[in-house]
Amino acid sequence: MSVTVVEGKNIVRDYHVGGGLFRPSRTVHAVKGVSFSVDKGKTLAIVGESGCGKSTLARIITLIDPATSGELFIDGKKVDIARDGLSKEMRRKVQIVFQNPYGSLNPRQKIGDVLGEPLLINTDSTADERRDLAMKMLKKVGLGPEHYNRYPHMFSGGQRQRIAIARALMLNPSLLVLDEPVSALDLSVQAQVLNLLADLQDEFQLTYVFISHDLSVVRYIADDVMVMYFGEAVEYGSRDEVFADPKHSYTRTLFAATPRADVASIKARLAKKKAA
Amino acid sequence: MPLLEIKNLTVSFDTAAGPFMAVQGIDLSVEPREVLAIVGESGSGKSVAMLAVMGLLPNTATVRADRMAFDGIDLLELGPSERRKIVGKDISMIFQEPVASLNPCFTVGFQIEEVLRFHMGMDRAQRRARAIELMKLVGIADPEERLGSFPHQMSGGQCQRVMIAIAIACNPKLLIADEPTTALDVTIQKQILDLLVGLQAKYGMGLIMITHNMGVVAETADRVIVQYKGRKMEEADVLSLFESPKSNYTRALLSALPENAVGDRLPTVSDMLFEPAPSVVAARSAGGTAS
Repeated sequence: MSVTVVEGKNIVRDYHVGGGLFRPSRTVHAVKGVSFSVDKGKTLAIVGESGCGKSTLARIITLIDPATSGELFIDGKKVDIARDGLSKEMRRKVQIVFQNPYGSLNPRQKIGDVLGEPLLINTDSTADERRDLAMKMLKKVGLGPEHYNRYPHMFSGGQRQRIAIARALMLNPSLLVLDEPVSALDLSVQAQVLNLLADLQDEFQLTYVFISHDLSVVRYIADDVMVMYFGEAVEYGSRDEVFADPKHSYTRTLFAATPRADVASIKARLAKKKAA
Repeated sequence: MPLLEIKNLTVSFDTAAGPFMAVQGIDLSVEPREVLAIVGESGSGKSVAMLAVMGLLPNTATVRADRMAFDGIDLLELGPSERRKIVGKDISMIFQEPVASLNPCFTVGFQIEEVLRFHMGMDRAQRRARAIELMKLVGIADPEERLGSFPHQMSGGQCQRVMIAIAIACNPKLLIADEPTTALDVTIQKQILDLLVGLQAKYGMGLIMITHNMGVVAETADRVIVQYKGRKMEEADVLSLFESPKSNYTRALLSALPENAVGDRLPTVSDMLFEPAPSVVAARSAGGTAS
């Protein structure tokens, strides 16, 4: 029997852009009433172009920003951080991995401290326990104990993203929000990180909300897909449904824009070029 | 005669751990009106090779080649001032980060006109007319208005269009695009690629497309060079590369595409290749800026 880990009902987020002396203030509707739910151990992919509100939604799910209206349930409990604030327990449940692994690690903090920090803040563990847990986590994400005392600049992009994933997993979250975790990485490194994410999901029964604009990645990792366009969910369904039969015209545009690397489409392109 | 001809190009950087070879003996040629794609991971030396052609490498780099000629001119013999007359005019380059490669202190109009003033010696009115024409060519709506915009007022896709406008301002014979769409969304990527290939066909430029995205290669290239750790692994026309890749590395790259996933695991490049020797790794991490 499946357990719903995160559920959103009609989530709306408005931003008020303050006016100046001669400019009236206005309201930007970043997310306009989006509903979704993700079961334990499953992956929901949110797809859309920049500015469509997918990262805003990610921040709401991660409990960084409150929603303007709508209801968010995590592990069946209603969460409203605008009214109740955020408890330590809630912080442990949801973690996020950001897009740019170069920007999301403190250059002056050693990797061991990066991984220990969440424990230091949220738990009463001793320094020895933190060290132990950090070492174990390093191994889980494919790094070694020798990396414990190194600084972020000594790592490649793929390794840094592994560290960011390790940091997010330190508190045993039930939900991991991945905001374009592989779009800054090379193809081969991207494959390694995607494999790592799949392994970790199996091992810890993690639930992922995976944000991306790369459809080929989404097709590989997602169970359900939501396509967002100007703040609205224009398409929401299981991966096979969405990929086999895209209903909204924007989804079809998105499919058409994804570069295809198969022999047939190259042949077609070369033939067209010859004719022109 | 090829437009750009490079024989046995080697670039090494002086590092604390001794010289680091970023490019090791690459041969390369581009014909006029040809689209050549150079594919490889970061650190494979694909950008460094092209920066060597442009003469944009820092002082710590040593460039050696048996031959490096552009349109019959030997680039190795050129002094800095002569090279500056060619670079930006006959060879121009588009970089990966459009927002970072524009100067935030000046309007985009100023930055387009700067090239025209330096290379073409146009007067103010001519420059403005040409800048408007270029903005139209790269598909920016109301160009008269947008010439006065600063880079931060434009989106990433628009900034990349401005970069392309600057690059093609003097009708170059060769355009080098270094990961032109990596920082952009798929829909914008499609538009920029169509624009680049369209301009290439319209003006008969040679185009070198540096990328790590096999999809981009499949959509644009005539001929492909696959590079790995500073060495050329394979050179083939685009169809035969995808149909029957010869080197193991190319096969590994192609199978790492998420759409080629077998079962629930993606094959990675390291599954199929030997791990690099430890000394190379040490030199690489010491080199830092080798990509």
